[in-house]
Amino acid sequence: MIDKLDLWITIAALGVGSFGLRFLFLGLVGDRALPDWALRHLRYTGVAVLAALVTPLVVWPAATGGETDPARLMAAAVAVVTGYVSKNIYGALVAGAAVMVAAAYWPG
Amino acid sequence: MAQSEVMSSYWRGFRDGLPFIAVVAPFATLFGVLSMESGLSVFETVAFSVVVIAGSAQFAALQLLNDNAPLLVVILSALTVNLRMSMYSASLTPYLGPLPLWKRITAAYFLVDITYAASVQDYDKRPQESVAQKFAYFMGVATPVCPLWYLFTLIGALVGEAIPSGGGLDFALPIAFIAMVAPTLRTTAHMGAAISAALLALCLYWMPFNLGLITAALAGMAVGAELERRGWA
Repeated sequence: MIDKLDLWITIAALGVGSFGLRFLFLGLVGDRALPDWALRHLRYTGVAVLAALVTPLVVWPAATGGETDPARLMAAAVAVVTGYVSKNIYGALVAGAAVMVAAAYWPG
Repeated sequence: MAQSEVMSSYWRGFRDGLPFIAVVAPFATLFGVLSMESGLSVFETVAFSVVVIAGSAQFAALQLLNDNAPLLVVILSALTVNLRMSMYSASLTPYLGPLPLWKRITAAYFLVDITYAASVQDYDKRPQESVAQKFAYFMGVATPVCPLWYLFTLIGALVGEAIPSGGGLDFALPIAFIAMVAPTLRTTAHMGAAISAALLALCLYWMPFNLGLITAALAGMAVGAELERRGWA
């Protein structure tokens, strides 16, 4: 269970922090351009963080006590391939979810 | 500046924003559902969306709170997901920088992937438009997109309250992350960033305070940037 105080600290800090990132240049820096190396790194923040976050969740899911689970591996792989090929968020979401649902009803 | 021209820019933005409802509504709903599964109240769930207004960062924070990660790691990781917002901010500054402060504050709050992407394209296409028109266009895009982010979070929360927890729902969040990342793997540099971050996250999983996550993410960013510098983008 998530602690209520932790939750509100997180919401507040993310609110202030996200606004700060959005306001940083628009509000404070003016129209000075970011250096190229900074822009280059910023372009890969999203993929890097989300990939780093999700991989251990796939390989060692908390719901199985950290035991690698074939159904979850399969669902993740199907979601990756579908998302990559179709370039569609919802295609990937539905394909991954379909594998999880199928596995839940698999006899055995 | 004629008011009618400003209004026509606003409505053009509004029309350009409309199709994105299809993107925003399901994701906001999913956040609402998963947030309730994590034990948040309806009020907390909606407050999360209104205060933070950033999909992938909200999902990331929720996952790490569920994992009982230290607070500082939760906050830093989610903010790292949002670092790209500062890139958007820098990129819009030449267009919106001359606005009065309160309008820049307003634009900063509503600066999300969709408002940024639509506005930058429009400013590029219509360089002759005034700053007032550009701001009107931006707010036009935000009008259908952002309020629906809140509304569908609420709908998701109410749905989540009604359905029982368990049954593989723990894995909806990881699948959502994958669905967000996989379509963005357009270039070798993106692939390199994602794969190196993923492998390092496994190798560094032993590190205390989820520091492996942050280390792996920073390394992945560096790999992506370096590949791009070498022309693999």
